[in-house]
Amino acid sequence: MSRPAEEIKPLAKKKKKAPFNYSPYVRGGKLPHIWCPGCGHGIVLKCLLRAIHTTGLLRDDIAMVSGIGCSSRTPGYVDFNTLHTLHGRALAYATGLKLAKPRLNVIVTTGDGDALAIGGNHFIHACRRNMDMTILVYNNAVYGMTSGQASPTTPPGKISTTSRNGSIEPPFDTCSLARAAGATFVARGTAYHFQELEKVIYEAIMHKGTSVVDIIDACPTYYGRFNKYKSPTEMMEKIEKEGTVSVKQVDKLSPEELEGKLLRGILHKSDRPEYCAEYQKLMTKVQAK
Amino acid sequence: MAVAEKRIFRIEIDERLCKGCSLCVDFCPTNVLTMDGNMVAVKELDACNGCQLCDNRCPDFAIQVFEE
Ligand code: SF4
Ligand code: SF4
Ligand code: SF4
Repeated sequence: MSRPAEEIKPLAKKKKKAPFNYSPYVRGGKLPHIWCPGCGHGIVLKCLLRAIHTTGLLRDDIAMVSGIGCSSRTPGYVDFNTLHTLHGRALAYATGLKLAKPRLNVIVTTGDGDALAIGGNHFIHACRRNMDMTILVYNNAVYGMTSGQASPTTPPGKISTTSRNGSIEPPFDTCSLARAAGATFVARGTAYHFQELEKVIYEAIMHKGTSVVDIIDACPTYYGRFNKYKSPTEMMEKIEKEGTVSVKQVDKLSPEELEGKLLRGILHKSDRPEYCAEYQKLMTKVQAK
Repeated sequence: MAVAEKRIFRIEIDERLCKGCSLCVDFCPTNVLTMDGNMVAVKELDACNGCQLCDNRCPDFAIQVFEE
């Protein structure tokens, strides 16, 4: 509803604060979402929607693809082109989709289990190919949907359904793995640092090539309960705030202060031929023969 | 001396969506909010500075703050 002209003050000094309007991006009638109270996935989804809004992309320019798991429910709530696929196979579907419709901006929402265990093979090869897509790994160090089994990112000593006395496995570092496999944009954020997260997701979407963002967030229901965190707030403070350091701070900190901390921010960016562009070049060459 | 105009905010809570996680209550820097059973409630609207932290850390699209 617009206001009558005389109501609008002529010399409004400061722009009034207004919250972000999520409704154009959320599928009508789909909320509340299925995530548990205090689950970080909702915070990540909101950062993602604000980042997409900043890109100026139209809703129909975006295809959101997921596999199976709590984080993989994301596409069900958003008003883009969406695909909810098989466990660990989101990247296989995303690859096919991008090849068939290169105009689409493909965003994959996946979890630590879905991306790095069940779909680990697809993950490294997607990074290697450098096809233009954004892979968001909602990393809560546990398989939430199936009741809290250890995942490839469960830290040593942490309790899960499958590590009742503490995990003895060394975890994967999503970012090192992505970088070693060839991803040309690698970053990390947390649900706690929502402004930073929104920014790195924006940068990841704008980057031409495979972008991976490792997003540390909390599963209070399983990881939190098993590991004696008192509340979702405590998880965000202990794991996301105290457990990470911005890349901008690294130079100012001693090795002791950096011990056991994960780095946040853009950790790697490089320029390498993008798969769809190379494929197009090849087709042009072959067809000219 | 000019006195800064008091800014007034309105907090909208969607009771259908709030899951009572308390994140907004815990992260509000000025203690505006409180838990009323399993639902967030406004306790001290006057203290609100419009920082939007509650909205940004709410996983459930359940709270938004508007400047009047
Ligand atoms: S089980 Fe864990 S990850 Fe899944 S919705 Fe609940 S809190 Fe979130
Ligand atoms: S806008 Fe800021 S001050 Fe106001 S209720 Fe939300 S968190 Fe508290
Ligand atoms: S953060 Fe959101 S869901 Fe949690 S108590 Fe506050 S309004 Fe409710």
